[in-house]
Amino acid sequence: MDGTVAHLKRGQKAIIKEIADGALPIKLLELGCLPGNSVELVQVAPLNDPIYINVNGSHIAIRRAMAALIQVTLTEEAQTEQ
Amino acid sequence: MSKQINVALIGNPNTGKTSVFNQLTGLKQKVGNYPGITVEKKEGVCKLDRGVKAHILDLPGTYSLNTTSLDESVAVEILLNKKDKNHPDVAVVVCDVENLKRNLLLFTQIKDLRIPTILVINMADRMSRSGISLDIPLLEEKLDTKIALVSTRNATGIDRLKELIIGYQTLSANPNIDPSVIAPDYFKKLEETFPEQERYKLWLVITQDVNFMPIEKQLIKDRSSFATKSKSELKRLQQKETILRYQFINGLLKETYRVDRNAAKGFRAGLDKVFTHKIFGYLIFFLILLAIFQAIYGWSKYPQGIIEDFFAMASEWVKTTLPPGVFTELLAEGILSGIGGIVVFVPQIAFLFLFIALLEETGYMSRVVFLMDKLMRPFGLSGKSVVPLISGTACAIPAVMATRTIENWKERLITILVTPFTTCSARLPVYLIIVALVIPEGRFLGLSYQALTLMLLYLLGFGAAIVSAMLLNKVLKIKSRSFFVIEMPGYKAPLLKNVAYTVWEKTKSFVVGAGKIILAIAIILWFLGSNGFSDDFENAENIVRKRIATNGLSEFNALAMADSLAVYKKALKDSVQKKVYRIGDTAISDSLKLRTNELTRQATNQEIASYRLENSYMGHLGKVIAPVVRPLGYDWKIGIAVLTSFAAREVFVGTLATIYSVGSDEENTDTITQRMGAEIDPITKKPVFNLASGISLLLFYAFAMQCMSTLAVVKRETNSWKWPALQLVFMSVFAYLVALAAYQLLS
Ligand SMILES: Nc1nc2c(ncn2[C@@H]2O[C@H](COP(=O)(O)OP(=O)(O)O)[C@@H](O)[C@H]2O)c(=O)[nH]1
Ligand SMILES: [Mg+2]
Repeated sequence: MDGTVAHLKRGQKAIIKEIADGALPIKLLELGCLPGNSVELVQVAPLNDPIYINVNGSHIAIRRAMAALIQVTLTEEAQTEQ
Repeated sequence: MSKQINVALIGNPNTGKTSVFNQLTGLKQKVGNYPGITVEKKEGVCKLDRGVKAHILDLPGTYSLNTTSLDESVAVEILLNKKDKNHPDVAVVVCDVENLKRNLLLFTQIKDLRIPTILVINMADRMSRSGISLDIPLLEEKLDTKIALVSTRNATGIDRLKELIIGYQTLSANPNIDPSVIAPDYFKKLEETFPEQERYKLWLVITQDVNFMPIEKQLIKDRSSFATKSKSELKRLQQKETILRYQFINGLLKETYRVDRNAAKGFRAGLDKVFTHKIFGYLIFFLILLAIFQAIYGWSKYPQGIIEDFFAMASEWVKTTLPPGVFTELLAEGILSGIGGIVVFVPQIAFLFLFIALLEETGYMSRVVFLMDKLMRPFGLSGKSVVPLISGTACAIPAVMATRTIENWKERLITILVTPFTTCSARLPVYLIIVALVIPEGRFLGLSYQALTLMLLYLLGFGAAIVSAMLLNKVLKIKSRSFFVIEMPGYKAPLLKNVAYTVWEKTKSFVVGAGKIILAIAIILWFLGSNGFSDDFENAENIVRKRIATNGLSEFNALAMADSLAVYKKALKDSVQKKVYRIGDTAISDSLKLRTNELTRQATNQEIASYRLENSYMGHLGKVIAPVVRPLGYDWKIGIAVLTSFAAREVFVGTLATIYSVGSDEENTDTITQRMGAEIDPITKKPVFNLASGISLLLFYAFAMQCMSTLAVVKRETNSWKWPALQLVFMSVFAYLVALAAYQLLS
């Protein structure tokens, strides 16, 4: 299933797809948002934004608007322990 | 002199650069700023073996050499500019062992600059816990470098690092990667056009987005024949470069780095669940804020009391020990009381930074940013502004400096401009004394009116900051890229050494930075208040004594004396009745007479002092501005205090103390409050400090930019006089109008 990082549910994992040229700030790439890397949604802030992800071993928080730019393929269903 | 090796510590934020720096330099460190800009510069000296010394520079954290903030561009500039006196002989890249992959990105970039580079893999103590194993020799070979596996927490690996620094000349300076493969033609052309320059350095100079420093852009402009690429094309290439580097790193870590995925991961997840919870998250943050407030207002009281007593004693000692004269007075009244006025704030500043350092050290601060981001957004701010705004409750100076981590310039500017509205600790002495004077004692819902008023003042400050942020967000036409990325570091027990260094350094910068101005003003004040040009000033003593001989003491003093005598007499009679003393009527009347004489002497001295002050330079100055402050309900004495406290708000109380008690003994802090309460307006015959004028003063101090030091810091941070000037005018006019409205409505 495809979507963006903004679509992920807590605990859900995905693989980053090809990133359109210049669509993301270079800083995000440097932090590990690169094609083929895995990304997991760790936490969602109480007001639903920003979100906190683990990408390639880096734990970072980004806003939803930016998360919506990162195209992914889902690999794992949301854990139901919540 | 033996040769010093220039060492630069560089790495991602939070990898332990400062901890390594502290380990290497101990207390032999100096904190300042890079010239012309305000990025913090930390340098120190480390003694190595064989009498060799190393000069260590702790560079600002950066994720790569592609800069997005001022701090990062400083780090890059120093690495690029061979002529810079801080240009390192050897770069020490500090990495977090748990995040090696990402950290190595920067390493490979620095290596490509052909600077001798040592790799420090820090936090070795966490390897077993996270199930990490490393093949160091193989990694050294693949990266073509030397590695020190360090734990600053356990102080291991530091000796190895020192050895590597001594032997830096044997390090390889060859690049890891050939970035030219991303655009072979372009790089070839670069090489042909600028044969004398390092290729990768040229590439960096071309692609830099942010450069506040005179980075060698000139280089490129000089050869206009060379066509640079469009911005989006460059960005695409940077993206390619990043991917290339990660390919290299992934390849080499596959062979050298192993993580046992099953090792404990639940710790961070569990804590995150609590700290970012929709209810507990805010509750915990609120409780932490309460604790900070308790520390600043509750616990600081005790050390502050000791400091006050100490300086009062010192001043007394000087006056009784040294021969009387101008210098003794200058020392006792001007210098000592001035220094006391600075040092008395140390406990509050220290407590605040103790908390901030603890929150940062433990990794909790990022969770605050995460929690608060959405709330701050409507005001044009982000979660990153929360910390400066909250720090503003101790002192706007460090708070304005704390905005350096905000990458977005517009957001940073707004935060700088509104932070001085938050209730800083320097307002507190003013608030406390006026609240005690004009707010009645009663209680409302179990909370005293006085406490409620204080709380309202805090809310008011915060509200003013938020509302003006919203306005500025609308008004300021600054285009800036808005993206928000913060790292969420793992939770750690704080390294107390780091906390101690932070507290020490921040306190020092307050005392030295703001202290100079406060001291200078205290001395000027003392001079203006104890010198005059008129005959009235010269002959103050004779004039007042004559007046008292014919008219008696002033009404207030006469009444106060009668009150005090009555109390004394009653106490005396009671004790006689209870047979505590066995004395006769004559003894009682003798004792009363002695008491009367003493009180008369005190009152006379006070009246002389006040007459002298009225006719001093300061008195004349106050009378000049009196018409301006009259509509706010202030007399000329308050006018002077308002004027002088432009230097720093806390000077207000000091000035009033001087005005009301020059030459009188000041045994306890209640004296000044009583003295102010007793001050009667000669025109209205009512107390000068009444509800209307008190509220007016409180509001004035809540909103006015009464702090020269903050203005100076804002000037430095924004690199122009425009912003501090705007801030000064806006805040002062606003404060004046609000105070005016309040006084006119209430009186
Ligand atoms: N467990 C562990 N924590 C460390 C070590 N060195 C630093 N830290 C922690 O890592 C965090 C960041 O350290 P700091 O020196 O401020 O990093 P900087 O941002 O690179 O200057 C702090 O919480 C330190 O206590 C270490 O060797 N082991
Ligand atoms: Mg640091």
